[in-house]
Amino acid sequence: MHVEVDEPKCVSAGLCVMSAPDVFDQRDDDGVVILLDSDPDTALDEEVREAAGLCPAAAIRLVEK
Amino acid sequence: MNRILVVGASAAGLAAAEALRREGYDGELTLVGDEPDAPYDRPPLSKQILSGEWEPHRLPLRSPADLDALGLDLRLGIGATGLDLAARTVLLGDGSRVPYDGLVVATGVRPRRLPGTGHAHVLRTLDDALALRDRLGPGRRLVIVGAGFLGAEAAAVARGLGCEVTLLEPAPVPLAHAVGEEVGRVLSGAHREHGVTLRTGVTVGEVTDGGVRLADGELVGADEVLVAIGSVPNTEWLADSGLTVDNGLVCDEYSAAAPGVYGAGDVAHWHNPLFGARMRIEHRTNAAEQGMAAARNLLRPEARKPFAPVPYFWSDQYDMKVQAFGYLRGHDEVTVVEGDLDERRFMVAYRTGDRLSGVLVVGLPPRAIRPWRAAIAARTPWAEAVRTLAPAAGVV
Ligand SMILES: Cc1cc2nc3c(=O)[nH]c(=O)nc-3n(C[C@H](O)[C@H](O)[C@H](O)COP(=O)(O)OP(=O)(O)OC[C@H]3O[C@@H](n4cnc5c(N)ncnc54)[C@H](O)[C@@H]3O)c2cc1C
Ligand code: SF4
Repeated sequence: MHVEVDEPKCVSAGLCVMSAPDVFDQRDDDGVVILLDSDPDTALDEEVREAAGLCPAAAIRLVEK
Repeated sequence: MNRILVVGASAAGLAAAEALRREGYDGELTLVGDEPDAPYDRPPLSKQILSGEWEPHRLPLRSPADLDALGLDLRLGIGATGLDLAARTVLLGDGSRVPYDGLVVATGVRPRRLPGTGHAHVLRTLDDALALRDRLGPGRRLVIVGAGFLGAEAAAVARGLGCEVTLLEPAPVPLAHAVGEEVGRVLSGAHREHGVTLRTGVTVGEVTDGGVRLADGELVGADEVLVAIGSVPNTEWLADSGLTVDNGLVCDEYSAAAPGVYGAGDVAHWHNPLFGARMRIEHRTNAAEQGMAAARNLLRPEARKPFAPVPYFWSDQYDMKVQAFGYLRGHDEVTVVEGDLDERRFMVAYRTGDRLSGVLVVGLPPRAIRPWRAAIAARTPWAEAVRTLAPAAGVV
């Protein structure tokens, strides 16, 4: 799975980091999402889908391979 | 289960539909919504859409391709008008009936209005936001009734557009019931600094042609009026259905309203076991979380899990981002645990009974917040939370 984030949409809720800490982090100053891994291991698919579903800004987009 | 119906095509309904597919449900999935638009996001309506920073094409929650991939029977622009629980059928506004094996109710809320003959805006839908945005500009006089989060955000945006803004609020301190007096005062201070005329302790009786009339008879003149005084759950279509409606659809700790019927999002009034309290939460994140939880419990009745989230809310006003975690209502004590209220860079913690029930943060990094959120989720006693997480605050 390929992951994309739309930074300007992000509202810094941090739910992605709680769901998939190996894939997402947040900037220190404004909490905006940092994509750590745009093509994470398939073992993380579940977590990443959870993060995308929870993101309150629809800022995470997944492209299934 | 081979026929699932989700009523309400917004954040909660979409999250439920997506979760059903993600969990492997491949039966019929019908999503009904009375707005004509595909599911879109509401929080930007009072922020980037009202300010003109974003055009409406940025609002859809999913791309057409992603929506298509869900294999939905998507019926937009049609409302549900009735529910026959015994026959497991929902009646739609066009006269059709949709039978279901499982039902998710996600019909949200609509704005409360004021009586009177004058025109007043409300802010809930894309059309509402565009209509208001059209009328704002330099020198326009906007009166906003209600200084809650919605009214406050609109005030901030309207000031940015050069309007003369008057904010009318019945309480002595705006938002005090929600976030406490101290924080309410900090937020009001920001509005006054930015030139908003904030009048507290005033009750508006009606909307008139030239503005609003206060309960004591005074007329407050305006070019435009925005009424932001809370909302009413959309449950009329459930009347006489046998489901319990009381300030929303009453649900148990699994988010279930009846066997095979779940509620999610702004409309759901459910028992949150984490706080041992019934609550109805109008927060964007809760809509997604509860939609997902409802979907999972509906699909796997044998492995149901209580829906016990730490509620989360954010609000953008001027250059402040306010973030709150937990259930702050009815708190017994508020304490600053980091930063300084006057600098608008702080964290306050809320005590309810002997527990840490929530925190509210302005201008601090995510790293500072996470341990507190974890402590709320872990039902940490107040004294312990403050001792371990804020030793410098010197409380307790
Ligand atoms: C202007 C604005 C700003 C906001 N800002 C924030 C914010 O900064 N942070 C935050 O956390 N939250 C914010 N919120 C709240 C957040 O948007 C809501 O919590 C969220 O939209 C709830 O989603 P929902 O799906 O439960 O309900 P809704 O979004 O209300 O969706 C319900 C849908 O069901 C439809 N419907 C109603 N009755 C029927 C029927 N009988 N048949 C079919 N369809 C029906 C409605 O038309 C609507 O499309 C804001 C809300 C608004 C309006
Ligand atoms: S969940 Fe969404 S809004 Fe929140 S930090 Fe992650 S990307 Fe941003």
